[in-house]
Amino acid sequence: MAAFRSNIFMLAFFLCGFSVFVTGDVQTNQMNVAETVFIDNVPTTETDASPPSVTEQSQTAEEKRLWEGTEVGTNLADGASDNKVDHVHDTMQATDAPPSPPAKDQTQRFAFDERIWEATNVEINLVEDAPPIRDKEADEADHVLDTMQTQDFPPPSTAKDQFQEELVIKPLHSGDIYASFQFRTQWDTDFLLGSKVSHYRLFPKSLGQVISKFSVRELHISFTQGYWRTMQWGQPFLPSPPGAELWVWFQDTVTDVDLAWKELTNVLSGIFCASLNFIDSTNTVQPSASFKPLGVGNVTDQRFLRYAVLPREIVCTENLTPWKKLLPCGSKAGLAVLMKSEKLFHSSFHSQALHIRPVCKDWQCKSTSWELRQTLNVVFDLHTSGQGKREWSLFKMFSRTLTEACPLASSSKVYVDITDNPQGELFELSPATPLVSQAVVLGDGRTYSVYDLTDHATFGQTHSLNVLLRWRAAESGEMLRPLLHGERYVAGYGLQTGEIHTLVYNNHPYRAFPVLLLDTVPWYLRLYIHTLTVTSKGRDNKPSYIHYQPSKDRLQPHLLEMLIQLPPNSVTEVTVQFERALLKWTEYTPDPNHGFYVGSSVISALVPSVVAMDTNNTQERPLFSSFFPCKEESTYFMRIYTEPLLVNLPTPDFSMPYNVICLTCTVVAVGYGSLYNLLTRTFQVEEPSQGLAKRLANIIRRLRGVPLLT
Amino acid sequence: MGLLSDPNRRRALTNLLTRLNAPICVVCYLAGVMWFMGLAFEPFTLRTYMSENAMGSTMVEEHFPAGERALATGREFAAHKKKVGGMPVNWLVKTMESRGLEVFTQSFTRKLPFPDENKERYLVRGTNVYGILRAPRASRTEALVLTAPCSQGNANNQAVGLLLGLAQYFRSQVYWAKDIIFLVNEHDLIGMQAWLEGYHHTNTTGGDWSPLHGRGGSIQASLSLELSSDVITSLDLVLEGLNGQLPNLDLANLFHAFCQKIGVLCTIQGKLQRNDWESTSGYSHSAQTMMLMVLKQASGRPWGDHGLFLRYHIEAATIRGINSFRQYKTDTTTIGRLLEGMYRKLNNLLERLHQSYFFYLMPSLTRFVSIGYYMPAFGLLAVILLLRVSFHLSDRRGLGVGLTRYPGVLSILTPVVISHMTGVALYCLPVMSQEMAVQHFPVSETEAVVLTAIAIYTAGLALPHNTHRYTLPLVLKLVALLYLAVLLGCTALINFSLGFILALSLVPIAAFITPHTHKPLSAAIMVLLSPGCTLLYCVLIFQELQETPVSLQDGWMLFLSVISQGILDHSLYGSLVYPLLALLIYPCWLLLWNILFWK
Repeated sequence: MAAFRSNIFMLAFFLCGFSVFVTGDVQTNQMNVAETVFIDNVPTTETDASPPSVTEQSQTAEEKRLWEGTEVGTNLADGASDNKVDHVHDTMQATDAPPSPPAKDQTQRFAFDERIWEATNVEINLVEDAPPIRDKEADEADHVLDTMQTQDFPPPSTAKDQFQEELVIKPLHSGDIYASFQFRTQWDTDFLLGSKVSHYRLFPKSLGQVISKFSVRELHISFTQGYWRTMQWGQPFLPSPPGAELWVWFQDTVTDVDLAWKELTNVLSGIFCASLNFIDSTNTVQPSASFKPLGVGNVTDQRFLRYAVLPREIVCTENLTPWKKLLPCGSKAGLAVLMKSEKLFHSSFHSQALHIRPVCKDWQCKSTSWELRQTLNVVFDLHTSGQGKREWSLFKMFSRTLTEACPLASSSKVYVDITDNPQGELFELSPATPLVSQAVVLGDGRTYSVYDLTDHATFGQTHSLNVLLRWRAAESGEMLRPLLHGERYVAGYGLQTGEIHTLVYNNHPYRAFPVLLLDTVPWYLRLYIHTLTVTSKGRDNKPSYIHYQPSKDRLQPHLLEMLIQLPPNSVTEVTVQFERALLKWTEYTPDPNHGFYVGSSVISALVPSVVAMDTNNTQERPLFSSFFPCKEESTYFMRIYTEPLLVNLPTPDFSMPYNVICLTCTVVAVGYGSLYNLLTRTFQVEEPSQGLAKRLANIIRRLRGVPLLT
Repeated sequence: MGLLSDPNRRRALTNLLTRLNAPICVVCYLAGVMWFMGLAFEPFTLRTYMSENAMGSTMVEEHFPAGERALATGREFAAHKKKVGGMPVNWLVKTMESRGLEVFTQSFTRKLPFPDENKERYLVRGTNVYGILRAPRASRTEALVLTAPCSQGNANNQAVGLLLGLAQYFRSQVYWAKDIIFLVNEHDLIGMQAWLEGYHHTNTTGGDWSPLHGRGGSIQASLSLELSSDVITSLDLVLEGLNGQLPNLDLANLFHAFCQKIGVLCTIQGKLQRNDWESTSGYSHSAQTMMLMVLKQASGRPWGDHGLFLRYHIEAATIRGINSFRQYKTDTTTIGRLLEGMYRKLNNLLERLHQSYFFYLMPSLTRFVSIGYYMPAFGLLAVILLLRVSFHLSDRRGLGVGLTRYPGVLSILTPVVISHMTGVALYCLPVMSQEMAVQHFPVSETEAVVLTAIAIYTAGLALPHNTHRYTLPLVLKLVALLYLAVLLGCTALINFSLGFILALSLVPIAAFITPHTHKPLSAAIMVLLSPGCTLLYCVLIFQELQETPVSLQDGWMLFLSVISQGILDHSLYGSLVYPLLALLIYPCWLLLWNILFWK
């Protein structure tokens, strides 16, 4: 009976929604897109659940409604949810004023204007916010289910979750090619104020629950296989150390941070199929200066920060799959179709990361929303896949081409870096695109060709986009030396002591700049901190700030943070000696002769921009704008990671214990007692005492005068 | 132990040992020598087997195709080498870069303590060029090394060509998990020493090198390639490194396994394997192979460019191509495939090579003698010294003339100190006084050093005659015996071959020398068994075993050059044989000499 009634309701709302479509404002409703819409509409979409049938859906709707009823009841008691109820009507009718604040209208208009401008001037902004163009059917479906949903569970009035995706392709000077995916999901909710959130649209529920349960303010996690070769490839957009890295800022309401951290790592370990559960107190540190929050909010109390690196973590498909599932379109539509693991892991470098942080919701930044940024960086090797022929295409890199944008994405773009190729003399890019974008990336002005996937024209007649780069020149010119890079190695030989050398290069010809060096060393390398030396250009370079936290055996690692001024055009060498500890025999890993890892050093710096260094960049810009380097271009923040270290510790021969036990037992049983006797006693020959009978006999014999018995 | 607790039986045992001491010692000595010679007998040795799982079951396929191109590269290298008159650094850098490697150079300068006449060098300047193949998706924590020396003249051009060919081929493969470093080192071991010290940022011997800028993490294994002809008949494996260190036996097994698989003749000590162990010639063949290994190991010098890696706990070996007059020739492609296979197996390693033996002797490439089998031979010799000590303690009257005026242990200090001062002089003076010697005598620096060493050595014989006035020979002898036992024991643990050879010559004189023996005869025997003469015999035997016998005249010249090489090895690479002989063994022998001349 209940099912029947809900069916009737469904029908009613369907009709209602249809009328909304006919009359209503398209733009308004589009913001309230429900996730389930696309499950039905896009048949290829990969989701965690099978597409629900109408009856199932109505049942769930019924359940939701019941649950919602109690919720509403309590909320009513609070007196805070009257606008919620109102909102139900708002959306159902959809004829009222649009729920978005005027600021949003402005944005839209702005975006619209910008689009016109883009078409005329052939230049767009990197952070433009153009509304996507939709199929009519999709829109229709949107509204239908939208209203269905809103009847039961209304979204907050200001909800405007967004999803953007982009792919940057950068040909590197070494001939390799760098592909960087970025997916940005903005979640327009603010449960910091204490309200309970249980509805998820674009934002993955698993992560949302993690954030709310553990009161996470910021979460940064990266899985990297390989080492970024700064000297060959330049700087990455988002640096990450080899292995797994996790750093989290907790809310200041958390009382037991260590407990929350422990639970969080275990939960994340499950979400990402990674060995994050190996993060414990022996590899967790609280850096005092190196890792500041990247989102809004001014929290500097390091007690709420935890940082850990697992340099040994191997990243493979089992980590990629859960990562892909967090995307709203999964890997079935949009840029994510390119992520085929057999190609992504057939590369020189693979790094996937996930960053969650609070960001400003609007221009005034009065309230915050959550930003989830998923990035994936891959470098494809020229030599192993190209057979020496320098030609790259999407198909060659990913064995897929692009056919559509993710329908949920508000923006979906492919950028190709053509800075070194302004006239097409280095390589040829096809299909050609009229859109060009300029941006300052890592202190360097770059130019990009842009393919807008939301535009049908991009795909052409073949209905697929396969960006192709074909080189004309054999050599791709000299690369500007990266201004900052670091190296690290273990010096010395033998298994007793050693020395860690960290080299930090400042390649800027005339500018000095400070860097923050963070070193985390496991306890089993006992640092002799009195041997710490910092030398630049042969002279002692005294760090202006040193934060050192000594290790505790089996409890916490060494933490060394230093602020060092790097003189221009110099190598700064930081050395510290250590002693290798002898572990307990159960503490060795199953492969002790492989060695033990020491995580990468982190070098954070404000680096002077290359823009100011560039002498012949004046041709494209007016002269008046290029004399003084403008503020945001003069320095930029950069973080680089050195190599992890592999250190051999003194290792017993593990086939020996059995032999040793046998031998020891034998020696103790046989040898010890006798030897002890021999050493502690003196032996003397004693005349045996005669028996009683014999003595009697002798007495008699003496009396008789016959010889005695002996 | 009941035997010892029972005073009667203990007394009987002591009596037996005292009474039959000399025969027992002789028996022990003979047994030790027999045991050692028995090690080469095949039924007594073990067959080699691969212990490392990561290298065992997983077979790899070799596809290296470009042997001819590698030879062409080698010829190009030779042409550039001739043009530049040394290492063609620029050409090498360019070639390696075009093969997709990260290329770095290291320059070094080394001034030898005195000119090396064998290689005609004194002030050495050179450049090492190395390229790193970065393994995809690896984090620069582990590396493998392949080296080829850039030698004088026309030697080893093919090795460099093959190295570059392999670099190109390896670069296009995807399966690498460890970085591979391709190193072309100039001035063989000096360049290698500079590179290794630069890589590990150490400076053990005071060389002058520029720091390295590219590294690949901790080096797991290394092979050194020497190849001087386009085709070869066999490959020789060289294992002996600095101070008698050996690489893990699995490296030798790996080489042997691939030679078997690919069908290349392989040798060790330049000797092929033979199957006729029953015959006398078969036995003597394997005995010769083992003796060669013992002699090489005892010399303590690196016998190939790999030898210096062992100090850093890097398993390394040299593979040397030999072109003799055999019919069957192997081309460069096959050697390339062999190396490819070996590197792929090494690449599969999860841990350092550690499963197999580090202490072994090889009578052939498929047989080995582990430490547990060869140590008893040394033990039998060393026990003689202990027997003699116990004999002298229990039988004091034999030597102890006038125990009543026992002068105390301190009295032996004089001869001990004087002997050691002679040793110190032998260690320091030859190099320090070379200039003076050159000024006053018509000799070259090298000759000056060697002849000074021999002069001091001989002068030491005359020194201690007037030092024994207050000393009892018994005390001196006990001290000398114990000292020698400790010395030989420690040496044999580190370098069995050296310890064994020294024991062979020193134990008899240490055991039976007394002041009462026939002086001229004993003195002659002592001189003939002194460390210096032992060295001469070793040189002659080594030449004999290598089937290049020399006359006594040439042998003497060779002996002189070996002394100079020993001193050079010590100052250049830190070989410990020369200081061991000069500072410890020779003074110990002088103590024994002292006893002989006790009046």
